[in-house]
Amino acid sequence: MISPLTAVAQGASLNLLHDLSVLWRYPFMRHALVAGTAVAVMGALVGWFVVLRQEAYAAHSLAMVAFPGATAAAYLGIAPLVGYFGFAVAGAGAIAALAPGPTTGTYRGHSAAVGSVQAAALALGLLFASLYRGFLANITSFLFGSFLGISVTEATLLVIVAGVALVVLAALGRPLLFASVEPAVAGGAGVPVRGLGLTFLVLVAVAVAAASQFTGVLLVFSLLITPPAIAQVVTARPARSLILSVVVGVAVVWTGLGAAFYTDRPAGFWITTIGFGMYVVVRAARAGAAARWRCRQ
Amino acid sequence: MTGVAASLLTAVGWPGLLAHEFTRNAIIAGGLTAVSAGLVGWFVVLRNQVFAADALSHVAFTGGLGALAYGLGAGVGVYAGTIGLAVVLGLLGGRLARAGDTVTGIVFAWVLGVGAYFLSVFVSGRSTGDGAAAVRVLFGSLFGIGSGQVHVTAWVTLLTVCGLLLVARPLLFATVDPEVARAQGVPVQALEVAFLALLGLAVAQAVQVVGALLLLALVATPAATAQRLTTRPWRAMWLSVGIAMTSVWAGIVISYLRADLPPSFVIVSLVVGVYLTTFGVGRLSRRGRAHPVVPAVLTKGTRTERRG
Repeated sequence: MISPLTAVAQGASLNLLHDLSVLWRYPFMRHALVAGTAVAVMGALVGWFVVLRQEAYAAHSLAMVAFPGATAAAYLGIAPLVGYFGFAVAGAGAIAALAPGPTTGTYRGHSAAVGSVQAAALALGLLFASLYRGFLANITSFLFGSFLGISVTEATLLVIVAGVALVVLAALGRPLLFASVEPAVAGGAGVPVRGLGLTFLVLVAVAVAAASQFTGVLLVFSLLITPPAIAQVVTARPARSLILSVVVGVAVVWTGLGAAFYTDRPAGFWITTIGFGMYVVVRAARAGAAARWRCRQ
Repeated sequence: MTGVAASLLTAVGWPGLLAHEFTRNAIIAGGLTAVSAGLVGWFVVLRNQVFAADALSHVAFTGGLGALAYGLGAGVGVYAGTIGLAVVLGLLGGRLARAGDTVTGIVFAWVLGVGAYFLSVFVSGRSTGDGAAAVRVLFGSLFGIGSGQVHVTAWVTLLTVCGLLLVARPLLFATVDPEVARAQGVPVQALEVAFLALLGLAVAQAVQVVGALLLLALVATPAATAQRLTTRPWRAMWLSVGIAMTSVWAGIVISYLRADLPPSFVIVSLVVGVYLTTFGVGRLSRRGRAHPVVPAVLTKGTRTERRG
């Protein structure tokens, strides 16, 4: 696919407002910015709990489960989104069945079971792909995202899914935080720790399936894990950390899309690189502060 | 007796199966990959590092594409990428044992972003580029292995297995009880880096032979199955190799007989099927040896309780 960017490539001025108004003039750029913002906000908030609960591997596996979802939909001739969401939720169920968190309700200590679910899902995807010939032509955008190829319908759908996910997360938020930080105490206090863990896993599955429409299944982490991890390095306070996570996520998406607009390199590269660069800077600053603190002791 | 054996051999396509070079190569390279993946996988599962193995298999993709984008052979990039990232993960992750999962995820996302960059360089560099090469790196092709690759696979398997057997005992100690091992003078951090480098080597080899997809099933699932069946380290290691190898060979035979089933699908189905069967076995013989080794080691207190 030829990126629409090559046609409109032009130099960036140093005037940020002017650059933004130029970006906003192009419909594909508007869709990308709207969809990207929705995904960034959802990813930053859902991902914050993923990082806290150390379930990054489960989240990655759920993203890969989209592969059989997409190929099964192509083979059976149903809407791709039905395949995506159906398989993602089924994957969450399979992970929960194979790797029940003993008392904590988290899925961090079961990487072998999670990996097996992922391998089985990928194999199924390959089977559907070989049954349905011709799908693999699209595989690059499936894996690495179609940041600038988002349509109005897709952007609207992403905004709706993000809204629903945030409502569910707001309802779960406080008990989930309790259950994530102190599972034993929360269980003792009557919080349904395992039920919350499973509900959250399904929420992650839906969020990841939606986000991967934008970022591609391989780059979901750039908006799901990196911004919350940056925020959690900076501050340990939940409310501040959540807000910072959203700010970082949105900033990464906007700068990444802008950079992709003015260069001929893909948005996925810029978004992951900007996020990773911020993480390295934050970690270095934190290490420096810790070293200074030790010197003063 | 010989009649039965002969008809059995005919049933699995005996004369045809070994007559083609591509099936011979698949059998040899697949079997060798099963050996190194099964052995390394046992430690991967014990150390709970399946995510690292997964990340390394995707990084092989970035490495391979990077090398292709700048006109080198994909193999150079695959080995450089996986071993390089393995060492980085070892150095970063060791100090942050608590946040290891997250660090793996962040590094992994960035490396794949770089892969997207290489892909754009590679595709814009040639008129017919359509990402087909990318797909080949990602999914591999068991029936497309050349004899040159078989030789490389044999040497790398030898290197991985020897290296692993060399560090096996201290590595086991450092895995099960890192604190005590450190106090005894075992270089825990150096072992971590060395192990991840060996894992990187095994992953690079396996990705070139079977693709990232199958690699995960060969590294994680047979070892997890073996650990559900026995807690004895050596027995579990060879059991893991045995399950991986049997599944690979059976998968090749079935896929050869039924051309519409891709070999990776059959192999992964067999491996996962065996894994799921152990859950049934575990349920049936609760008092037997069907304890997963990891919880048994990590939760010493509850172990005696469960036995009693």
